[in-house]
Amino acid sequence: MSKTYYSPSHEYITVDGNIGYIGISDYAQKALGNVVYVDMPEQGDDIEAGEDFGAVESVKAASDLIAPVSGAVLDINEQLIDNPRLINEDPMANWIIKVEISDPSQLSELMDEEAYKAHCEAEQH
Amino acid sequence: MLDCCGMHSLEELYSDVPDSLKLKRDYDIEPQMSEKEVRDFFEELALRNQPLTCFAGAGFYDHYAPSVVQSIISRSEFLTAYTPYQPEISQGTLQYIFEYQTMMSQLTGLEVSNASMYDGTTAVAEAMMMAVANARKKNRVLASATLNPIYREVVDTYAHYHGIVVDTIPETDGVTDLEAMAEMLGSGDVAGVILPTPNYYGILEDYTGVADTVHAAKALLIMTAPASALGVIRTPGEWGADIAAGEAQSLGMPLNFGGPYLGYMCCKKSLIRKLPGRIVGATTDADGQRVFVLTLQAREQHIRRDKATSNICSNQGLMALYASVYLSLMGAAGLREVNEISASGAHYLARRLEETGAFELKYPNRPFLNEFVVKFKGEVKLADFMDVCTACGCLPGVMLSENELLVCVTEMRTKAEIDRYVWRAETFSKATVPSFNNPKNIND
Amino acid sequence: MNRKYYGKVIFELSRHGRRGYSLPKNGCDGGLDGIPEQLMRSSDPVLPEVDEPTVVRHYNNMSTNNFGVDTGFYPLGSCTMKYNPKINEEISSLPAFTSLHPFQPSATVQGALEAYYMLQSKLSEIGGMAEFTLNPYAGAHGELTGLMVIRAYHESRGDMARTKVIVPDSAHGTNPASAAVAGLKVVEVKSLPDGTVDIDALRPLLDETVAAVMMTNPNTVGIFEHSIPEIAEMVHACGALMYYDGANLNPMLGVARPGDMGFDVMHINLHKTFSTPHGGGGPGSGPVGVRDGLQQFLPNPRVVKRNVSGDSTFELDFGTEKGPHALGRISAWLGNFAVELRALAYILSLGRDGLKMAGALATLNANYVKESLRDLYELPIDRVCKHEFVFDGLADKSSGVTTLNIAKRLLDHGFHAPTIYFPLLFHESLMIEPTETESKETLDDFIAVMRDIAREAVESPETVKNAPLETPVRKPDDTAAALNPIVTFTELQNTAMA
Repeated sequence: MSKTYYSPSHEYITVDGNIGYIGISDYAQKALGNVVYVDMPEQGDDIEAGEDFGAVESVKAASDLIAPVSGAVLDINEQLIDNPRLINEDPMANWIIKVEISDPSQLSELMDEEAYKAHCEAEQH
Repeated sequence: MLDCCGMHSLEELYSDVPDSLKLKRDYDIEPQMSEKEVRDFFEELALRNQPLTCFAGAGFYDHYAPSVVQSIISRSEFLTAYTPYQPEISQGTLQYIFEYQTMMSQLTGLEVSNASMYDGTTAVAEAMMMAVANARKKNRVLASATLNPIYREVVDTYAHYHGIVVDTIPETDGVTDLEAMAEMLGSGDVAGVILPTPNYYGILEDYTGVADTVHAAKALLIMTAPASALGVIRTPGEWGADIAAGEAQSLGMPLNFGGPYLGYMCCKKSLIRKLPGRIVGATTDADGQRVFVLTLQAREQHIRRDKATSNICSNQGLMALYASVYLSLMGAAGLREVNEISASGAHYLARRLEETGAFELKYPNRPFLNEFVVKFKGEVKLADFMDVCTACGCLPGVMLSENELLVCVTEMRTKAEIDRYVWRAETFSKATVPSFNNPKNIND
Repeated sequence: MNRKYYGKVIFELSRHGRRGYSLPKNGCDGGLDGIPEQLMRSSDPVLPEVDEPTVVRHYNNMSTNNFGVDTGFYPLGSCTMKYNPKINEEISSLPAFTSLHPFQPSATVQGALEAYYMLQSKLSEIGGMAEFTLNPYAGAHGELTGLMVIRAYHESRGDMARTKVIVPDSAHGTNPASAAVAGLKVVEVKSLPDGTVDIDALRPLLDETVAAVMMTNPNTVGIFEHSIPEIAEMVHACGALMYYDGANLNPMLGVARPGDMGFDVMHINLHKTFSTPHGGGGPGSGPVGVRDGLQQFLPNPRVVKRNVSGDSTFELDFGTEKGPHALGRISAWLGNFAVELRALAYILSLGRDGLKMAGALATLNANYVKESLRDLYELPIDRVCKHEFVFDGLADKSSGVTTLNIAKRLLDHGFHAPTIYFPLLFHESLMIEPTETESKETLDDFIAVMRDIAREAVESPETVKNAPLETPVRKPDDTAAALNPIVTFTELQNTAMA
């Protein structure tokens, strides 16, 4: 049974046990426009909550990817190397990295879907 | 116009500047000069320079530029434009950069090129930072002792402030000690290795197998070469380098007392996202016609701010145009001839200098292109010999030590100039200089 | 231009065996023969094979697809696109300067060294600094050098904890990028609604970890930071230095000097304030000045003046024993020397009065354009500006016409676009800098076109949104270019665009 959490900087993490799939939200992909490149870490790298682990680039903007939790990178979504626009097509299905969460208590700092919706609405104004 | 702004005087435009900050006097600068006075002033100043017949290189080369080049780079549409932010009215600039990128990629044997850098020294420093950014967790770089010391100084400055450690690979008999390099790589913490070709002494080093050694240590191989030589020598791409960075002034650009020159930077396509600076790419416009644009801009400083690999904003635009026009005129055949003529002159001069007995080659068994090191064996001091040559209107080379000279010959040097150099070596290297009836023959 | 005939890249004009050069023979031969084969390239580079007239037509026709200051009005904010006098080009091409090898003995380059020394002295006078180095190649290179000078200063005092540089949130992206290259961490400080630095937000940031505060004045919205003496005092009290980004120096000529405002280190863009041509992106020049006491941290080489029995001579100083805190070298030699000659010729042409007038007229021109358009364009900061100002798009945004559309429509009318979407303080930034070299008639033409576009945005918004319509090429597909970068002709040949 998986659950999705969101960060204020618009990353999501879908959690299944101690495994998490991190990507950017639909709101973030719309704000960014056509994604042309995803800068991803390597398998085996460690990420740390609050620190950037990569970036998503559109033609004239770039957005750092901020880790919602700490952990180790188990896998990266290699499909995004050749086809970064998958993020525009379906950001939730096209996660960017798969991580092993080292401190699940960090999840409690994140927003659930409803709180995140309110966060996005507030940001638009 | 002041009325429109609701003001009565120009001073009012500065009413928001606190009075305590205002300059209450005129600048201590001369009053206005007319155009003629400005011209006279600089012509007088120019008289205090003494252009010399140049046998010096050391990274700065005196090559010939066809007149077409100056004529084209003087076109105001090129000269007075800024960075091509508006592609619809900047196709001229964008297209020559695209052509330039293609030519540099051809010369270096690497797949992609950026739109150019300031000069060779900063290009190599940027290549070092690129290697470190690529490695992510390593901050050590190796540079051969045979790298031009000016390049090394600039690399060291950037490295110091950027938190990179640069260690020197020792040299033996004028070339990089490759065994020492392999050993240094063994520590596993090296992000990149910087090797020159030809090296500072003009020697073409044999780097067979080096790329494999460097790559086995998960480091990038950075090579630097004067662009002109790349028309004939084995390219960084052929040696297996990942990045080529260096100076393109040798493509006929004036010596200009040190600048403006042109830094180039090329790399394997897989590294393009880490390549600093502007890049021009081809695409189509709304009408479907082929056009050129600045591309991959999201990696640059104006978007990535402190996350960018480099702080470079622009490129060396007009000098990239210089290189494009020069290489269009010369082609591969012209560039080969430039190298052939230069190398032939250099080998002739080296042989003749040895025959005088005043000089001997420092590295007699090493292959060179158009630059070589000689040891002075004259009865006087080398510095004194240099002074006499200068007085004759000739710069005989660059002194590497009190008795070693780095000498360079390009296609600009005539046989007569080379022979006069030899004659001076024969004559002025002796403690007693004979008197001459016709001194004007000894001057360049 | 007829694109059908002249729209090709030079490689497409290549015919085997054509040549466009003639080289002298020196009567020597066999120079390449003795070089072992494995040290030579295995095949020739693929370069164009074209004759001279083809090369000339190709590049001349390409130039007509370009827009320069010599083509028309270029109000590109923050770039100071003033007219570049032709005499400066002539001066910089005098053979007795262009033919000098850097390694010539000092005695044979006295004229060149004197020109360098004169320019650095005049910039010192203009900046209110003690000494300038002309060695940095561009504005960004100057910033980097200046920040290195600041780090060298702190290091010399054993003050190693100063690792942060504070920049306003309105700063150009180059400032934080330069700081990062110089090994410093960037902290942003907020601006007030009027675009000036919020002193109350700055105060708590100042501590013993701050190396410098980096500012432009006037700032990126063209407003003079009137609190600068107070800011300088606070910054100095915490032991940090004040860095002046000289991108916006032009309006201050003859009025106020960065050194007198309390700045310790600064750079100047010769290609902005001192009228050297931008060259499609370079070569520029970014001299760096320092106040008294910091000269020892300037990069090598320096040009020094010596008085020997009444005569002045100039020499290169490489720092005899390279001290532990000297900066070392940041460029090959003395910077872009030919650019420096142009700037010196410009300063001499204008003289002290002309320089002062240039600053004032640049300010007048900006205010005139601002006041003439403020009814139709949104003016977020309503104050007297300096050399430039920022609109936040159209006043009436109901048509959906954006700043980008306005910029592109200007191209159809024969004007270069202003700087757009910078500074980041506003969503629809449109940053206009007319410079002093434009006549009232040119400004009036520009104002009339800007008013037409505002009207057109209401009457036929689709026309504006589809702009440009009359430029040599139309809007390019940037996304395709970035998704699949084609950056050489070699790559282009394998595509449908060949």
